[in-house]
Amino acid sequence: MTGRVITITSGKGGVGKTTATANISAALADMGHKVVCMDADIGLRNLDVVLGLENRIVYDLVDVVEGRCKVRQAMIRDKRLEELYLIPAAQTRDKNAVAPKDMVRICDELRQDFDYIVIDSPAGIERGFKNAIAPADEVVIITNPEVSAVRDADRIIGLVEAEQKGPAKLVVNRINTEMVERGDMLAVADVLELLAVELIGIVPDDSAVLVSTNKGAPIALEPKSKTGQAFRDIARRLTGEEVPFSASNGNEGFLGRLSKLIGTKEGRNA
Amino acid sequence: MPSLSDLLGRNRSASTAKDRLRVVLIHDRSALPPGVMDALRQELIEVVARHIDVDQHAVRVEMVQEGRSATLQAEIPIKASPKPHSTE
Repeated sequence: MTGRVITITSGKGGVGKTTATANISAALADMGHKVVCMDADIGLRNLDVVLGLENRIVYDLVDVVEGRCKVRQAMIRDKRLEELYLIPAAQTRDKNAVAPKDMVRICDELRQDFDYIVIDSPAGIERGFKNAIAPADEVVIITNPEVSAVRDADRIIGLVEAEQKGPAKLVVNRINTEMVERGDMLAVADVLELLAVELIGIVPDDSAVLVSTNKGAPIALEPKSKTGQAFRDIARRLTGEEVPFSASNGNEGFLGRLSKLIGTKEGRNA
Repeated sequence: MPSLSDLLGRNRSASTAKDRLRVVLIHDRSALPPGVMDALRQELIEVVARHIDVDQHAVRVEMVQEGRSATLQAEIPIKASPKPHSTE
């Protein structure tokens, strides 16, 4: 088995990287894939709480890097999904405790046993980001329809290309359809036109996401949730499936333009 | 491509955001601070004006985005009545 390494990053903090990592990982595992997600944000561990696994941590990523335990011992199995594991970040160390070559080595080991290794990158463009993208086969950039997030996403896209990890794929998170229709929020098509990258997901602005993180239960596992569906669609696209961007994710006008921009046939029918 | 708000005949904050981002991203990508563009514009005018009579107020120098790359475009209108060449 040779698993794929997918790194989730953004540049700007607070745009939803950790939530996206948890939900994409859960959705992939729910589809029957063997998945391990890894928190690469050393010193600011968070993927564990979003997944509701914070009470089970014994070893962390730095313990693996420094040889205090085997990779297997640092993996925590998810409560709900048999095939989902988490490797938590260290909380008491800093990002320099891990080097890009450590990440490559650990991921090469994990590739033997897993279909997907999903890495939650820290914000910023320094060591933590470099660690997170070093082993990546694919980089997914999360942004919000907001000037600072789009600007940082553009910078990250450039850096990912420079590291020869591109082309990166884009998730536009927290789209508020009402505000887009009113002309007070950048539409997905606007963001795509500015960043000139491939779109892999549109996630609505949904207060239910906060409720799910309060509970430590990924929204991707709630069958009726539209936001959960958005994350499940991203997971399917990552596996190579062609999934149309549904009309429920935005308004008609923007979808028409979107289909022109991304040049896919599915948009035209929406 | 017109934005949704343009199509609806509105001029809301989203189109302002898009216009501002378009400029910011071009400068970020080329690592060219906006102030340098002013200097570049001035120097271009000086060089061209040494040889041709240009309409200095109508000169446009800007970065134009195409995909993820940019082109520097200069539009330098030449004045209608040509300067007679000096025979001395």
